[in-house]
Amino acid sequence: MARYVSFKDFDWALVGFVLVICTLGVFEIRSATEHTKFAGAHIKQIYWILGGLVGMLIMSLLNYHMLLERVHWMYIGAVASLMVVLIFGQKYLGARRWVKLPGGIHFQPSEWVKLILILAVAKYFAELHQRHLSWSDFVKAGAIVGVPMLMVLAQPDLGTALTYLPIAVMGLFLGGLHWKQAAVVLLLAGLAMPLAWHHLKPYQKDRLVSFMEPDADAKGSGYQVKQSLIAVGSGGLFGSSEESQTRLAFLPVPQTDFIFAAFSEGHGFVGAMGVLLLYFIVLMRLTQNAQTAPDRAGTFLVMGVVAVLTFHILVNVGMVLGFMPVTGIPLPLMSYGGSSVLFMFLALGMVMNVRMRRFVN
Amino acid sequence: MFGRDEKPSQIRLTVVQYLILAVFLVLAYGLWRLQVSQSDYYSAAAEQNRIRNVPILAPRGRIVDRNGRIIVDNYRSVTALLMRDSSRDLMTDSDEIASGLHMDPKEVKEKIRRFAFTPQYQPIYLKEDITPDEEAFIEAHKLELPELDTIMAYRRLYPLKGFMAHVIGYVGEVSEDMLNQPQFELYNPGDVVGKSGVELEYNGILMGKNGSRQVLVDSHGREVGKPLEEKAAEPGKQLKLTVDVDLQIAAEEALADKNGAVVAMDPHTGEILAMVSRPTFDPNAFAVRISSKEWSKLVNDPDKPLLNRAIQAQLAPGSTFKIIMSVAGWQEGVAQDLNVQCNGGAEFYGRRFGCWVKGGHGPVDLTKAIYQSCDVFFYNLANKLGINRIAQYATSFGLGQRTGIDLPQEVSGVIPSEEWKLRNFRQKWFAGETISVGIGQGAVAVSPIQLTRAIAAISMDGRLVTPHVADPAGLPSNYLEVNHYTEVKNVPVDMNGWNLITDAMSRVLLPEGTAPSAHIPGIDIAGKTGSAQVVSLATRAKHQNNEDLAQNGWFVGFTPRRNPDIVVGVLFQGGEHGKLAARLATEVIKSYVDKQRRQPTGLANGKPSTDGNAEIGALWTSPNERGPGETLEVGHLAVALPKKPRPVATSAPGLE
Repeated sequence: MARYVSFKDFDWALVGFVLVICTLGVFEIRSATEHTKFAGAHIKQIYWILGGLVGMLIMSLLNYHMLLERVHWMYIGAVASLMVVLIFGQKYLGARRWVKLPGGIHFQPSEWVKLILILAVAKYFAELHQRHLSWSDFVKAGAIVGVPMLMVLAQPDLGTALTYLPIAVMGLFLGGLHWKQAAVVLLLAGLAMPLAWHHLKPYQKDRLVSFMEPDADAKGSGYQVKQSLIAVGSGGLFGSSEESQTRLAFLPVPQTDFIFAAFSEGHGFVGAMGVLLLYFIVLMRLTQNAQTAPDRAGTFLVMGVVAVLTFHILVNVGMVLGFMPVTGIPLPLMSYGGSSVLFMFLALGMVMNVRMRRFVN
Repeated sequence: MFGRDEKPSQIRLTVVQYLILAVFLVLAYGLWRLQVSQSDYYSAAAEQNRIRNVPILAPRGRIVDRNGRIIVDNYRSVTALLMRDSSRDLMTDSDEIASGLHMDPKEVKEKIRRFAFTPQYQPIYLKEDITPDEEAFIEAHKLELPELDTIMAYRRLYPLKGFMAHVIGYVGEVSEDMLNQPQFELYNPGDVVGKSGVELEYNGILMGKNGSRQVLVDSHGREVGKPLEEKAAEPGKQLKLTVDVDLQIAAEEALADKNGAVVAMDPHTGEILAMVSRPTFDPNAFAVRISSKEWSKLVNDPDKPLLNRAIQAQLAPGSTFKIIMSVAGWQEGVAQDLNVQCNGGAEFYGRRFGCWVKGGHGPVDLTKAIYQSCDVFFYNLANKLGINRIAQYATSFGLGQRTGIDLPQEVSGVIPSEEWKLRNFRQKWFAGETISVGIGQGAVAVSPIQLTRAIAAISMDGRLVTPHVADPAGLPSNYLEVNHYTEVKNVPVDMNGWNLITDAMSRVLLPEGTAPSAHIPGIDIAGKTGSAQVVSLATRAKHQNNEDLAQNGWFVGFTPRRNPDIVVGVLFQGGEHGKLAARLATEVIKSYVDKQRRQPTGLANGKPSTDGNAEIGALWTSPNERGPGETLEVGHLAVALPKKPRPVATSAPGLE
């Protein structure tokens, strides 16, 4: 089959749009970290992007069918690594998320688990034979995502655990979820809500409360939300010349979780809408690739990436705009951080992989 | 091929595309809401975040004496602050900070711990009044220890050792109670205002108007770059007092550590030349921040060091009251021909009243009664006058009422009368009570300033002035309306009576008088001694004329004997006899005269000779038939000049 694979079929347009977003991110990281102790972060980010591009190339060359055939081993490996983190992980800020590998490398498995889950869900739904989803399929698919999700939740890392959810939702929806099943699930989730509240950590409750009333504690939990709204709002139509929210450090972590607020302050409504448009184009391009995928598994795989990316954008930009509580979810491609950048490029590599095999029949 | 051939539903994929579109429309709406429709609101909020108005503190006005010598000044005081930038671990830096600021490392750590739960944007006040080298340490370590910062304020520099503390008063942060009063409505919390003395009375002049500076701050409240806008502070205005620092020093030294008060006043104008109260306190302790321990020590001290005894002590005037009695008796035509045989006591209304000279004074007339202070004479005089006429004269000389001095919280004292007793005790006045009033005992209670002013009025033939410590020239009109600085009342005093009484007072310090030991050769001092029980009004009512209670010594003296240049009133608490108080008063008078005689004026032009004596010209007025002060008399006095004249002070002690 390999003889049909050609870089002519590589989605250069998609890569182009992605790199434009990454470049905007690098410039924003540079201006936000200037004169702070994080100065120089944009250089590191460039290295991560270059590394990501290499990873994407490698990923695109591996046949995704080969990956899907071995996904059960990967899945077992993923669950095992999460187990290792839970038992041996480094405790940092009250949560075990990292394992220290020999050579001083900190390894956070929960990001890679996301990729494996996309593959696992794609394989499961590709092999389903009936048009409509049975309850037992529903439960099995839910368990595939649910088991690692609960383990990440136990670290505890609510934000990352939530990013697994859209993979399952997308799979179920495309796999033929009946509206009655959806209604039952939503009802159960609604009933579980008060129970979940009891299991939230105090800081998580604070974040939710301050999301509801940002003015209640303007210097505490609500501070970040409030400063983010001020940053975005003061950007106006074309951006604020002072950029005081970012430059005078009123905006917390402007290079990671609040990078969209920093960008919006500097470039205004016009600039921020431009970035949203770029993300929209990328997502539309991805769904188009899903439609033209050579097989059912390819479609599910690409749509899994679409689901994760959309969810990240919704939660992160929603948080910056005050629609969503503070969860610590970065904005893919723009926020500073190696794990996030590498995940996105590897995920895109899988998409390229599917695309380059679209005429294979 | 992988899995089934059948592809997922294209409709569902399209639905996903529309869902993504919906998500982006919601986000776009959020952007629109913040950046277009509410942009002005958030721009203002951003401005409020980064722009802060920092007050520029206005220094308070200086306080100077009548010759412009500094009594109260300001100094630049720097406080070290600890900013809580989250990027620094304050605990690891605390040892270095402690050594640079000469503090105990434990104290620094303790402060950091204590303020750990206060909001992070509030700095910790690490050390107040830091020295220049500690300030240099902070400046030099700006990069290594960025959490250290300083704040500058002007603080009051008061004279040393409580010099003049009661007149000056002290300042403090404006209290919640004060802010609720209408006269303080323009003040802000944190403002430093006068709390007592002239600092309180003239706060409106002394207090400046803070300016402000608009600065750019970062999220830690640090100033960034140059100020955007600056409004200069208006410093407080200088306040000129009528006090003469040289005389104040003499009065402070005379009273030394004895409890009591000294008031020196110009009887022509009411200008207070010196005012001392003991025990005293150090207002410098209030200039930074008084600890609650120190404050409660001051407030609970049984000697009440915060009390200005010159205007706030209400005590029986004792025999000094006999001067008011003499004037009353003369004006009523009773005293002129009163001759009394003193056998050491007399009986009135079935009770024996003793004279202070147990053996008696023999035959006594008004003159002798004054310089010998014969009680029996004044018992008789009081009996003849009756309480209401005594009260009428005492009141006309300003006793039992506030003098209107420009100092806060003056007390009024008591002059008893039939009406007073009925009003306060719902009892009839007994004629027997009048007898002890005649010698300044009983319910009579006056303050040193009242007594000094009343006797000054008698020395001036009835000119009753309003005492004041501030020079009214240059004061804003609102002060002139409230305090009647130049208001003078003329109490009618018969000229012959004035002559006789003041002549008799000049004999008090002569060998035949009650205070010969206070005599100073070459200075014509007239005065009257007094001694009276210490106890309060209420206690006195219970233990009437209890001899066991310690006595207060009084003296009010002036020079020269008529139309004097200076009147000095002394209260020496526990001083037993008025002659001890007289010695203190004459020391003050002597220092005044010494200073006057060294002035190069035509009136008193000393010509020092080789033997240390000087012949000086003297001028005084004597009354004649046309009125008081119409005859100008000239005389020559040979006086001994002090061997080592006291140097003239350049400022209040500690302000050089």
